[in-house]
Amino acid sequence: MATEPSPLLEVRALGKCYGAVQALAEADFELRPGEVHALVGENGAGKSTLSRIIAGLTTPDAGAMRLSEASYSPASRRVAEHLGVRMVMQELNLIPTLTVAESIFIDRLPNRLGWVDRKQLHRDARAVLARVGLGELDPATLIGSLGIGQQQLVEIAAGLATTCRVLILDEPTAALTNKETELLFAQIEKLRSAGAGVIYISHRMEEILRIADRVTVLRDGRVVGARSNLQRGKQQDATLLQEIIHLMVGRDLGAAQFRPKVARAEMALRVSGLRAGSAVKDVSFDLRRGEILGFAGLMGSGRTETMRAIFGADRRDAGTMYVGASATPAEIASPQDAVRAGIALLTEDRKGEGLLLPWAVRSNVTLPTMRSVRSPLGWIDRVRESATASRLVSQLRVRCSSVEQPVRELSGGNQQKVVIAKWLERDCDVLIFDEPTRGIDVGAKFEIYELLRDLAGRGKAIIVVSSELPELFAICNRIAVLSAGSLVRIFEEQEFDQNEIMRAALTNY
Amino acid sequence: MKGSSLRTHLGEYFGLTLVLGVLIAFFSFSGGHFFTATTFRTIANQVPDAIFIAVGMTFVLIIAGIDLSVGSVLGLCGAVIGLALTRWHLPMPVAIALGVLIGVACGALSGAIIVRWSLPAFIVTLGMLEAARGGTYLVSQSKTAYIGARVERIAEIQLGGISLLFIAAIAVVVVAHLVLTRTVFGRYMVAVGTNEEAVRLSGINPRPIKIAVYIISGALAACAAVSNVSRLGAADPNAGIGFELNAIAAVVIGGTSLMGGRGSVINSLFGVLIIAVLENGLAQMGAQEPTKRLVTGCVIVAAVVLDYYRTRIRRVPAVPSQRPN
Repeated sequence: MATEPSPLLEVRALGKCYGAVQALAEADFELRPGEVHALVGENGAGKSTLSRIIAGLTTPDAGAMRLSEASYSPASRRVAEHLGVRMVMQELNLIPTLTVAESIFIDRLPNRLGWVDRKQLHRDARAVLARVGLGELDPATLIGSLGIGQQQLVEIAAGLATTCRVLILDEPTAALTNKETELLFAQIEKLRSAGAGVIYISHRMEEILRIADRVTVLRDGRVVGARSNLQRGKQQDATLLQEIIHLMVGRDLGAAQFRPKVARAEMALRVSGLRAGSAVKDVSFDLRRGEILGFAGLMGSGRTETMRAIFGADRRDAGTMYVGASATPAEIASPQDAVRAGIALLTEDRKGEGLLLPWAVRSNVTLPTMRSVRSPLGWIDRVRESATASRLVSQLRVRCSSVEQPVRELSGGNQQKVVIAKWLERDCDVLIFDEPTRGIDVGAKFEIYELLRDLAGRGKAIIVVSSELPELFAICNRIAVLSAGSLVRIFEEQEFDQNEIMRAALTNY
Repeated sequence: MKGSSLRTHLGEYFGLTLVLGVLIAFFSFSGGHFFTATTFRTIANQVPDAIFIAVGMTFVLIIAGIDLSVGSVLGLCGAVIGLALTRWHLPMPVAIALGVLIGVACGALSGAIIVRWSLPAFIVTLGMLEAARGGTYLVSQSKTAYIGARVERIAEIQLGGISLLFIAAIAVVVVAHLVLTRTVFGRYMVAVGTNEEAVRLSGINPRPIKIAVYIISGALAACAAVSNVSRLGAADPNAGIGFELNAIAAVVIGGTSLMGGRGSVINSLFGVLIIAVLENGLAQMGAQEPTKRLVTGCVIVAAVVLDYYRTRIRRVPAVPSQRPN
């Protein structure tokens, strides 16, 4: 063993329970100066809990921490930040009605007798923004008028504005473009050479292999393994990635294929000349029963907006749609019309738009089909309702304590299954999935893929919108590419190629 | 299954039953003549107006709306009934039907405006509060219409020593409770209050549901008007002023959330009864209006604080307060 520099941050046997859930148990972790240490694991593995404890947002039930050899147990986020430990959260903490400059310096606005010194504030803000490549951005811009990616960068800028010994980044690139990601990495590089430590949480393996010196893998609240001396940025041993994934899920994934075998039978949906708002300019395609059609495109290419327009959730300005083999255009002006015509949309915002979080699994899955559990007088037939819910729960293998459990207590994967169950019972022929596996851990992802394949096998026509090309490659028969609101090309299975699709996605920019 | 649901029901109503019991015990033992049939008859005569309105308000709050116009709509319906009886000499059932129709129309108008332009219910029903009161003064020429024994008879009908109006109010509570908990419409109401967008994207049109709820609120305000007019034997153009706030207080004491998606009609009934017992008890102890209002105000806030702990105790074991990951 080579002599190692003494650790900047040392964590020993940390534990934390939420009710009966052991979110973290006997976790050991260390961070050296000038090191990027990645934390990986499925959702619920304990990454966020660990980093929240380090950042002073949560107090642990057990264990101890040391920062630069001194005992460290921050009572609050403020204390932690005072000691130079700062966390940039996955979910943004910004107040939309403040300006960029105010957000960065919210807790230490330069002032004279309480009057904010705007000149100084904006000067300081410009300097900080330039570091994350937002030098062009006017510090007086309102946060609410920025895109998610830019907001994220502002948040990171706020993290960098203070002298920082330990910076925790939780999924920082989730909403960033490639260019923005590069800027962030450059910034991390600077911090590293200044001797700070960076804890980097991400699902994206390529990123981790590129910038991390060390990886610690968590599973079910425990540290299950660590790999050090990564060859940063160099071509990695392919087995390393396999190894990490194996540690994360506790089993091999292999190159599973989830593509349905299509008979290319009857038409399910034809869309022609769709235009809606400023986001959707020209989309035409057709969809057959039994196939999975993927929709790829960059952020802002109008994928979600296209699906909402088809579903009648947003206004359509032009375009005709034919449902099934019908030759007369379908009149779809509202989600109600769409569902009646047999089209279902499973939105990307599961919690905000797909589920009633405080409600039981039972009443969530029966919501679109209340009519079928209704007695002639309008009473709900509770026995039949429970039976329907139980049947769906076991059919989709939703893991819940009972059908009476509130869906907010379920994991992302199981919540997604509840949404699928809801539409399965409604028996729609066209199912549109917008980012079906966002925020879902690897194991549950594969279950969702299997479900999609089975649905297609039963003659459903499926659309999947996804930002992850490997996902689309694994499950789709065809991939349609949107670029700035127009459908530019549909790739057949044998034409799937990451570079070609990327080129198509960039056509109109 | 049935046992556990019974237990949760008891748990749900236990807190308020306890508060009501403690209040009655307190006033009974603090001297005076509180614990007598007369007191309870007085209360039973007073509360029907408030119960009708509180039931409608519960529905409106459950869909995350609010209806500030109920007091004025009560006034307007009462004035129309008065006009129909004293000036137009219409038969009683026709006059009452006319009053209810006015209530329905006010609710439908508020609901339609709220839904059509996606306006805040607070503002629209505040407008209706003003407009309906103005309408009341116009219709009644700002004068109390004395109707007399014809209408007082309704309030005097008794079944087993209990006034018909009180029985009717309780019947409305029971029906509303069943509608809320057992019917598809009730389920949709709670869904709309929980997450309207999710309901819309489930292929259910939330608009008719919302309008229907405002119509129900208006119709129940009209029922309260019938009760009010028959008790007074007259249509008072100032009837119902401030009722909206009393109703909101009662419903909130009953644990219904102002944010929508959660509420119980039965608990609202308890809320009404708690306020009524409090006011009567304090009056018998010789408290004047200022004291009564002061104490009632404190009780409203205390009840909501209590509800905060009640829901917290119920939730803590099941859901971690912070989301791990």
